[in-house]
Amino acid sequence: MARILICDDEPNIVVSLEFLMRRQGHEVRAVGDGDAALAAVTEFAPDLVLLDLMLPGRDGYEVCQTLRADGHHMKILMLTAKGREAEIAKGLAVGADAYLTKPFGTQDLVARVQRLLGAGT
Amino acid sequence: MVAAWVVVVVSLAYLGLLFGIAHHGDKRAAAGRSLISSGVVYALSLAVYATSWTYYGSVGRAATRGMEFLTIYLGPACAMACSAVVLQKIIRVSKRYRITSLSDFAAARYGNSRVLGGLVALVAVVGTVPYIALQLKAVSSTFRLVSGGEVSAAGVPPYADTALYVALVLALFSILFGTGHLDATERHEGMVAAIAFESVVKLVAFLAAGLYVTFGLFGGFGDLFDRAAASPALADATDIGEYGNWFWLIVLSAFAVLLLPRQFQIGVVENVDERHVRTAAWLFPLYLLVINIFVLPIALAGVLLLGPTVSPDTYVLALQQSSALALLVFIGGLSAATGMVIVETIALSTMVSNSLVVPLLLRRAEVAARGDLGRLVLRIRRVTILVVLLLGFGFFRISGDALGLVDMGLVSFAAVAQFAPALLGGLWWKGATRNGALAGLVAGIALWAYTLLLPELAKSGWVPGSVVRDGPFGIALLRPQELFGLTGAGAVGNGVFWSLLVNVVLFVGVSLAGRQTPAEAGHAALFVDIDRRTPGPGTRFYRGSVPVARLRDLLARFVGAEAAAALVTEHATRRGAPLPDDAQADPELVRQVETALTGAVGPAAARALVASVADEEPLGMAEVIELVGEAQHLRELDRLKDEFIATVTHELRTPLTSIRAFTEILRDNPDLPAAERARYLEIMATETERLTRMVNQVLDLARLESGNAEWRVTDVALGPLIDEAATATAQLFTDGRVALDVDVPAGTTVVEADRDGVVQVLLNLLSNAVKVSPPAGGRVRITLRTDDRVARIDVADDGPGVPATERELIFDRFRQGGAGGTGGTGLGLAISRRIVEQFGGTLEVSDCGGNGRGATFSVGLPVSAKSAHAGAKRR
Amino acid sequence: MRAKLIAVTTLAAACFTYPLLSLFDRPFLVLGVPLVWAYLFVVWALLVVAVGVLSRQGR
Repeated sequence: MARILICDDEPNIVVSLEFLMRRQGHEVRAVGDGDAALAAVTEFAPDLVLLDLMLPGRDGYEVCQTLRADGHHMKILMLTAKGREAEIAKGLAVGADAYLTKPFGTQDLVARVQRLLGAGT
Repeated sequence: MVAAWVVVVVSLAYLGLLFGIAHHGDKRAAAGRSLISSGVVYALSLAVYATSWTYYGSVGRAATRGMEFLTIYLGPACAMACSAVVLQKIIRVSKRYRITSLSDFAAARYGNSRVLGGLVALVAVVGTVPYIALQLKAVSSTFRLVSGGEVSAAGVPPYADTALYVALVLALFSILFGTGHLDATERHEGMVAAIAFESVVKLVAFLAAGLYVTFGLFGGFGDLFDRAAASPALADATDIGEYGNWFWLIVLSAFAVLLLPRQFQIGVVENVDERHVRTAAWLFPLYLLVINIFVLPIALAGVLLLGPTVSPDTYVLALQQSSALALLVFIGGLSAATGMVIVETIALSTMVSNSLVVPLLLRRAEVAARGDLGRLVLRIRRVTILVVLLLGFGFFRISGDALGLVDMGLVSFAAVAQFAPALLGGLWWKGATRNGALAGLVAGIALWAYTLLLPELAKSGWVPGSVVRDGPFGIALLRPQELFGLTGAGAVGNGVFWSLLVNVVLFVGVSLAGRQTPAEAGHAALFVDIDRRTPGPGTRFYRGSVPVARLRDLLARFVGAEAAAALVTEHATRRGAPLPDDAQADPELVRQVETALTGAVGPAAARALVASVADEEPLGMAEVIELVGEAQHLRELDRLKDEFIATVTHELRTPLTSIRAFTEILRDNPDLPAAERARYLEIMATETERLTRMVNQVLDLARLESGNAEWRVTDVALGPLIDEAATATAQLFTDGRVALDVDVPAGTTVVEADRDGVVQVLLNLLSNAVKVSPPAGGRVRITLRTDDRVARIDVADDGPGVPATERELIFDRFRQGGAGGTGGTGLGLAISRRIVEQFGGTLEVSDCGGNGRGATFSVGLPVSAKSAHAGAKRR
Repeated sequence: MRAKLIAVTTLAAACFTYPLLSLFDRPFLVLGVPLVWAYLFVVWALLVVAVGVLSRQGR
């Protein structure tokens, strides 16, 4: 049981992520852009953030960087529809713990989330 | 005649004038105000083609062999007529790859082959030294004639021969104005200005001589030709001779005007502006025509008045009775000879240093390690000039009177014509290989030596005459001038035919039978496809590593530390990043350094030098082909294509993500409540639909961009189309709780367009407007306005608007408005604009009345004549 | 323009050589000058004019 923050601007993808996380018994909050994500972090104090890269306004990299700069140590799992090496490397460089390429396999996602949560606590 | 000291003083004054002109030309060039930047000067400098052979030899030839002399000018007239095709391509290739001589051209075309470059340089020297000799001979014998002495140099000791001093002065000129500095372009503006001036002098002098003979000694053309017709000695004066010989001489001279070292130097290396070729294409043939008009009349007059006791090669001068005119004619002949010698020695010095000496010297480590290689190269060139001139002088002194002006010239022509298959063929045929070029050239030169050079040597008595007369060992079939019993082509035609035939057959045959190395294939494409390549950075044949500092130091040894540092700095600026000394040089920098070195030492040596400092890995065939395909504009296209594909992939992945996730959720959770199941299935259906729409749009765009879209363009009334689009999007507006105002005036506005295309555009604009409108309470307005020529449909929303900086970008493929992520593909606006453009219309975006909120998309379409206007109708 | 220049060149080359040349290779004087001499210079002059006109057009 953990707190999961979902940050993605595609409503249907959010629905699926919410379902998958709740199914695992996590407490879930979902937001649609970077600013909302930063606000939600303070208020919701998630253990893990599922962060999409392509967000309106502040993109995923910026959100991730800001979170780390502010001293947050929650796990960050990046979701990206761009599977290029450069983007993945950049994501990890700004402080993400792992990444998944869209379209992701649901079991893979769940396993990855469990592993990250297990390692952190 | 004229006192010898007067001739000497006038000659020296003339040469002094040449120095002055060349000096002035160089000064103007240094000041950036070129003296030679005109098509007329270019054409005049090309007339360096006309040497003492033309000036004195043509008359001699006409007196003995009829009309044959004309072939030497008809060939160039034809070659220059299509110079926009041939010469221009040679110029383009040479400029692009900084080629500064024939031998460099050959080497560069065939994968920087040092062997081929060296061979071409060697053939050029061997073929040209006798030609230089005959210029010196002409100066020497006419000097003695004009100053009243014996024509033959036989009794004159070498040190007393004018030709020696002329040779030394010319060497000085060539060294001063041809090797003053080591420049990447190898252009010598002062020298070219002097050569153009010489062309004017020789033309004026020859015309003066011709006018005097025709109208002074005779009563005009009619009188002269009448008297010639009556003379039995002149029965063959207008004879064409053997048609075979005639034909081959035209072919020979057409090649020569492009491939003689001095013609390549003036026509290609010294060319300032490619457009000058257009002028030269007609002006140079006109020059040749004019200078040839009086050749036959002077020859006829010479035979009639002087007879065979005077050498026909000197008729031009011998016919002059006033000493002033004789002096003018002598100076004209001097200008013809000096022009040729100057340009030829400069061209040869570049070849010898770039293709023979420097590559050999660089193999020796202690030379390659020297710091001042630039000065060494210049010294090599100066020595080459002096040596070539002294060789020419020596050849003339040894061969003596046996040297016929035209015969020896033709032998030189035939030598350089051997370059034609490899150089001209290689400019259009990519399959030509280095081995083919080598085989053809070697065999062609061997046959040239046997059929053309050998008989000339026999004339001088260096080879027994029986070899030529009866064939070696008495085998008649092997007679050099009638090889294998070929008759009807003349002695020269016979040699030209056999040597070129074997040359071409081996060039083509060996090329077809063998395989190209990757480097050869790469260079072949660079030359043949020159017009398909954009100027600027060329292809990189480089895959290795070298620190920037090593490259710069290498270059510094040839062009100086300052110029080398400047090149590196400039490259760094263009790259937008500093280049530390220990950084690995990128391929573009390596290429630039190699190009700069090519200007200094030729491509073969430049290649070897760069290879010596860079640890290069050999390239595979596939890689070279791939690299060749990366000419800059192709790279740019590829980049755009990559970008496009990356974006398409990204956009397609979004709906796929939802579909995959819910598919798996449904599979893994069979116990889901029915309502939830239904909801997820609905999402999957929506996303599948979105995916379909995207695929269709990508296809639409592909069709539009390839021009394959099918439109049925008819007169369509816009009012009903707007209504239709509004109806079709009504549900969207209702769902988003956005209001839609339709403002269409009464009357019909008709445009010529495809009905479905216009509807598609309107649907796209309306659905975009709903998406960007603030949810609940948004308002979208669609209006139609018409003036005489343009119908304008505005779709205005009150969403966030489009920042001015993004107003053009949003019409790019896959660029979404700032709001982003609203379920569009980003293709809609790109497609819409292309559709509207198909019908001659426009699609633009502006803000709504400048208040910073909302955006207005305007479709403008040209109004068809069938429109009718009335007052506005509101709904 | 290039195609026209090639055509003009080919035509001139044909006029300058056998067999067309042989038609004018006769020992006549025309207007006081030898036929073949006049013929070659006239064709040559026409070539210069044609190339001059074409080069100007191409500009």
